Amino acid sequence: MSSAPANVAAINFRQVSFRINGTHELLRELNLQVERGETLVLLGRSGSGKTTTLKLINRLLQPSDGEVRVDGRPTTDWDVIRLRRMIGYVIQDVGLFPHFTVERNIGLVPRIESWPAERTKQRVDELLLLVGLDSQIASRYPRELSGGQRQRVGVARALAADPPILLMDEPFGALDPITRAELQREFALLQERLHKTVVFVTHDMREALLLGSRIALLEAGSLVAVHTPEEFVQSKEPLVQAYMEAFQTGVQVSRRREVV
Amino acid sequence: MNFWHFMVQNRSQVVELTAEHLWLVGASTVLAVLIGVPLGILITRYPRLNKPVLGSANIIQTIPSLALFGFLLPAPWIGERADRLAILALTLYALLPMIRNTYTGITGVDHAVVEAGRGMGMTDRQLLFQVELPLALSVIIAGIRVATVISVGLATIAAAIGAGGLGEFIFRGLAMVNNQVILAGAVPAALLAILADFGFGLLEKRLQPH
Repeated sequence: MSSAPANVAAINFRQVSFRINGTHELLRELNLQVERGETLVLLGRSGSGKTTTLKLINRLLQPSDGEVRVDGRPTTDWDVIRLRRMIGYVIQDVGLFPHFTVERNIGLVPRIESWPAERTKQRVDELLLLVGLDSQIASRYPRELSGGQRQRVGVARALAADPPILLMDEPFGALDPITRAELQREFALLQERLHKTVVFVTHDMREALLLGSRIALLEAGSLVAVHTPEEFVQSKEPLVQAYMEAFQTGVQVSRRREVV
Repeated sequence: MNFWHFMVQNRSQVVELTAEHLWLVGASTVLAVLIGVPLGILITRYPRLNKPVLGSANIIQTIPSLALFGFLLPAPWIGERADRLAILALTLYALLPMIRNTYTGITGVDHAVVEAGRGMGMTDRQLLFQVELPLALSVIIAGIRVATVISVGLATIAAAIGAGGLGEFIFRGLAMVNNQVILAGAVPAALLAILADFGFGLLEKRLQPH
């Protein structure tokens, strides 16, 4: 869908700040590049600006200063509808349309892009298979699904028109730990095949290390560091270490319990 | 002569006045939907208009019905025929529940759903017609339900300006100090209100998104 040259970064933040009401600063002078085909994880606690960063990419928000470039073009220059349709979007509350069946939910973007009905249906079947759902589920409504199934439908819906970019805002956050681990694993496998440019928001250290090709740590609206998972584990950055410690404490405590 | 006797003896007139009554209520409700729903949508898009629009509809509600009929009398075309006048007045009264429920229904749609739709590149129009309105429908129907029940009652007063309807019996009965005649208007009117309430209640339940 995109015609931009391959050497241009998929997403590029240049000196981006975002303020509400002109004063309260949610994001400060962010510089960040997302390469084609990588999974960049935005890690940070609540209120660190992760979701704001994500929404700046599909222009649900616009920068107060600086610019966000998608395929080398500032988001403000894009036709906003075109921009959003080439970016898949998955959120924690899923946001499945409660009055649509699974099939209509997944086929939403193809339908508003006026694909022929037959092709849309074929694509829905393909996607159900891809995210590991039984095709019988197609005629059900979201309320008849489990949390994990709903999240899978959410991922399938985001992938429907085969967008080159995928934005995921804590997509597995509301799931129980076992289902979450299952979906994380499957998503990692899926990404190995699809090579989408993925920006993934989470506050879960484990998830970040598992899924990220790089991890960007945000704190109070500023970017602290961008590391590969290997670098991240070894980083001397105090804040990174704080994260690692919090993460390892959990592991150690559970080990100690095992010994007792 | 008891009430049933009177009803049976005057059945053709009862039917005729009931039909007139239904015409007044039906026409005004349809008009109120056609005006109120778009206005309700408008104020979800332009929050600045929220107060003036709802405020005006509120003020109309506080005007006593007889006075409103009187105010509208000099209006051109409308004032020429009593039923037009009555329909306009009933429409104005029905506006508030229509506007308010449309607004409440749309703003009450789950934020995550709207955000997801917007994020996937739905246009404003697609969001409105495929997501917001279908999900707000049961609340909008609840508005139509309230408006209809109110206007079945209010329409009896339209007889005072000669617009017909079941109010004819009521006013005639009052003039004749005859309870049977009053009841011949009041009972069918009450039945209509109950029927409308029940019917729209069923519809409202069926259209609930969850």
